[in-house]
Amino acid sequence: MEAINVNEFSHGPVNVHVIKSDTYKTNTLVLHIRADLTEEDHTMRALLPQVLQSGSKDYPTRQKIRQELDGLYGATLAGDVNKKGENHLISFKLEVANEKYLKDSTPLLEQAFKMMTSVVTNPLAENGAFRESIVKSEKRNLKQRIQSVYDDKIRYANMRLNEEMCKDEPYGLFVYGNEDQLDSITPEELYAYYERVMKEDLFDLYVVGDVETDEIKRLVEGNFSLPGSERRKEKTPSTASAQEEADENEIFEEQDLSQGKLHLGYRTNVTYQDDDYFALQLFNGLFGGFSHSKLFINVREKASLAYYAASRVESHKGLLMVMSGIETSNYEKAVTIIREQMEAMKNGDFEEEQLEQTKSVLKNQLLETMDAPRGLVELLYHNELGQRNRKLDEWIPGIEKVTKEDVIRVAGQAKLDTIYFLKGMEGGSDE
Amino acid sequence: MNKQTFDQLKETLYYEQLDNGLDVYILPKPGFNKTFATFTTKYGSIDNHFIPLQEKEAVKVPDGIAHFLEHKLFEDEDGDVFQQFSKQGASANAFTSFTRTAYLFSSTSNVKENLTTLLNFVQKPYFTEESVEKEKGIIGQEIKMYDDNPDWRGYFGLIGNLYEYHPVKIDIAGTVDSINKVTKDLLYTCYETFYHPNNMLLFIVGNVDAEEMMSLVKENQAGKEFAEPERIQRFFEAEPPEVDQPEQTIPMNVKTGKCLTGFKDRSPDRQGEDLLRHELAINILLEMMFGQSSSNYETLYEEGLIDDTFSFDYSGELGFGFSVIGGDTSEPDKLADRIKEMVAEFTSGTLDEQAVESVRKKKIGFFLRSLNSPEYIANQFTRYEFNDMNLFDVIPVLESITVEDLQEAMAEHFRTDGQFSKCLVKPKGGA
Repeated sequence: MEAINVNEFSHGPVNVHVIKSDTYKTNTLVLHIRADLTEEDHTMRALLPQVLQSGSKDYPTRQKIRQELDGLYGATLAGDVNKKGENHLISFKLEVANEKYLKDSTPLLEQAFKMMTSVVTNPLAENGAFRESIVKSEKRNLKQRIQSVYDDKIRYANMRLNEEMCKDEPYGLFVYGNEDQLDSITPEELYAYYERVMKEDLFDLYVVGDVETDEIKRLVEGNFSLPGSERRKEKTPSTASAQEEADENEIFEEQDLSQGKLHLGYRTNVTYQDDDYFALQLFNGLFGGFSHSKLFINVREKASLAYYAASRVESHKGLLMVMSGIETSNYEKAVTIIREQMEAMKNGDFEEEQLEQTKSVLKNQLLETMDAPRGLVELLYHNELGQRNRKLDEWIPGIEKVTKEDVIRVAGQAKLDTIYFLKGMEGGSDE
Repeated sequence: MNKQTFDQLKETLYYEQLDNGLDVYILPKPGFNKTFATFTTKYGSIDNHFIPLQEKEAVKVPDGIAHFLEHKLFEDEDGDVFQQFSKQGASANAFTSFTRTAYLFSSTSNVKENLTTLLNFVQKPYFTEESVEKEKGIIGQEIKMYDDNPDWRGYFGLIGNLYEYHPVKIDIAGTVDSINKVTKDLLYTCYETFYHPNNMLLFIVGNVDAEEMMSLVKENQAGKEFAEPERIQRFFEAEPPEVDQPEQTIPMNVKTGKCLTGFKDRSPDRQGEDLLRHELAINILLEMMFGQSSSNYETLYEEGLIDDTFSFDYSGELGFGFSVIGGDTSEPDKLADRIKEMVAEFTSGTLDEQAVESVRKKKIGFFLRSLNSPEYIANQFTRYEFNDMNLFDVIPVLESITVEDLQEAMAEHFRTDGQFSKCLVKPKGGA
C-alpha cells in the first residue's frame, strides 16, 4: 500500500482535509455538516439539503445549477442526509473531471468549488425565509421519498427494526424525518434552522485528487465563509452503554408479499471508540459479513432457506443487524439457525484458519475502500464521528492483531434485542 | 502481445488472442491497490435456443438456465469456490445479463493465485443432481425477492410490452416453475456450448505487470484441453418492429406509483461503430430531453410529477434495443402522457446546437469519471468487445457525433406511434 498523506488545516469553523493522489482522473469534494440526531430537528434537517440544491442566489433554479454543472464537463453535485450513530449529517458531494485529462484548460476545480459553496452559503432566501415555491415542491419530494421506503421491503423492514429496537433513543428516528412534522414546516422556520446550522454545526471538508494544499487553501479562504461563532461542544458519543437487562422483543407485521423479510438487531456494546473495534469487525465477518461466514453457509448453502443471509455493524452505535429473505413458513427454522450461529460464535466454535481467512478478506475490503475517493473520506471521517484518531495506516495492523480470544470476548457481549419479521399473508404468497 | 496506448487518457491496453480462442486484455493501473478481473462468456438469458456443441439438432432450454449455471459453477468437488477466494483475500462474484455471464474477483494481494482460481473454477464444471436440487431453493428465494421489488417488476413489465417473441422479455432468473425444469444434464449442455474459450473474454485491470499476467494465463490455458471451436448457432424468432403491447398496469403493495415508458428500436441489427454511434446518439438525445438541466425536467418537477428517482437509459445489443424513461410518481398515467407529449414535441423541432455541445461535454466528463472504476472498465469493455466496439473509442466518437447523426437516431428511435409503450405500477386497491 502506498502511503496516503492527509494535510489538514482550519479555516474559521471549517476543518479541511486534503488527500493528494494522482490515481484519479477526477477531483472529489465532500462536505459533511454534523449535528445530533434529534426528534425536533430531524425532519427539517432532511429537507434542508434538498432546498439548498434547488437554487442559490448565484444560480436561482435547479435547472441553472444543473446547467452550470453540465458545463463543467458533467460535474456531479449531490446533497443528502445520513445517519451515523446518533449524528445526523448533511453531506454534499461533488465530483469534477481533472482538467489535466482534457483538451480544455478551464479551471474546473475552482469553478466547481464556487458552485458548491454558493449552494451551501448563499441560499436563495429573502426576508428571513426560503422561497416558498421551492420549499413547497421539496416538501412534496421528501414526502414521496419517506413514503417510498414502504415500497422497498428490505429497507422498510430495516427501518422498522431500528424504530422498534431504539424506541427511546435518537437512533430510532428515521433519517428522512416523518410526514407529520414535514407538513407543518414553513419557509421561515426552515430558514431559521438553516442559520442555526451555519452557526452551530461542525463542518468538515475533504478534497481528494491530484491537487495542492496551497491551492485548496486559496479556494477555501476565498470562497467559504461561515459565521465565526462558537461551535457547539462535541458531545461525548453515547458509548453503547449496556442497556438494562431487557427481554428480547419479537415484532411481527403482515403484508401482501412473496417473501418474508427477517431482520434481527443485536447490541454489541462496542463502537469505533473502543479498542475492541477491530475485533468487532472480525466477529461480524465470521458471523455474517462475508460469503464464507456462518450465516451464508448455514442459512443459505446448507439449509437452502434464503438467497441472502448477512449481517453488518453500525460503527458508532454498536449495533449489529442481521437480514435475510425467507419463505414466511420458514420463520422458526431460520431464527433457530441464526441463534445457533450466534451461540457458536460465543463458544468460540470457529477455527484459527477461518479467523485468518476473515482477516485477509477484511484487509482486502479495506484496501479496496481506500482505492475510491469516497471510501477514503468515509474511513477518515470515522475519526471525527468517533472522536478517536486512527490513522489510515493503523487499520491493517489493527485487524492483524485481533486474536480468537478477542473475537470470543466481543461475541460474548453481543445481545439479541429485537427480532422483526415482515411476513407474507397466509396463503397470500401462493402462486 | 499487442500494445495500444491512449495518450489523452494516459492508459495502455495489452491484448492477445490465445491458441484456444480466448481473448485476453490487460490494463495496468499503477496507483490502485486493487486488481479486478472478469472472465466472461458471451452467453446470457436470451440464448435459450441453439445447437449444442457437436450436435445437429437445435434445443430449447428452460428460462433462467444461464443464471442457474452461474450459481452452480461456484461449487466444485472440494466445496465452495467462495471459500477458496476468501482464503486468498479476494472477494468474488458473478452476474448474468441478457447477453453475458461474468465471473469476477477483486483482490489487493495474491493476484496470481486468485486469477488461477478464477480460470480454473469457471473451466471446471461440477454439477450433481443433488446440488442442482438444493440450488432451486436458493434461486427460488432470489426470484421471490425480485417479485416484491416494484422497480424490477416495472422494468420487466415494460420489456414484456415491447417484445412479442424476443427472449429479452424473459426475467433473467426465470420463474420458480421454469427453474424446476433445470437438470444436471441441461446444465452440462449449456456449459459445453457456451463456455468454450473461443466464446470468452478475460479482462484484468489493476496494479499488475502485463507480461507476467499474460504468461500466467497462457500457461494455465496451455495445460487444458478443449474441443475444436465451432461457430455457435443461436436462433431467435423474427420480432416485429412495433411494440407488442402499448400499455400494462401492475397492481402492487406499494404506496407510491411508478411510471416506466419505453421506445423500441425498429431494426436492432447494428454492431461495431454503428452501434456505438447509435447508442451514444440516443443517450445524448435522452439527456437533452430529460436530463436534470433540461426544461422538461424542470417542468415535470414543478408539476409534481417526478422526483429524484426519475431517470432514463438505453440498452442495445444485437437483436434488441430500447430506451426506458420514468420513475416514482403519484400520477403514473399523467406522467406517461407528459413524457410522450414531450418526446413528440422535441422530435418535431430542431436541435439546439448549444444544448448538444453542453450534453456532449457532460458525457465526456461522465466517461472520465467512470474510468476511475476498474469494475466499469472491465464490464463495459467486455460488453463493447462482444458487440465489436471499443470502449476507448467513446470519447472520439462522442466528439465526432454530428447534428445529422442525432436527427437520424431521433427519427428512427423516438417514434410515438408504434414504438412507444408504458408500464405503470399502481398501489393495490387503487388507493
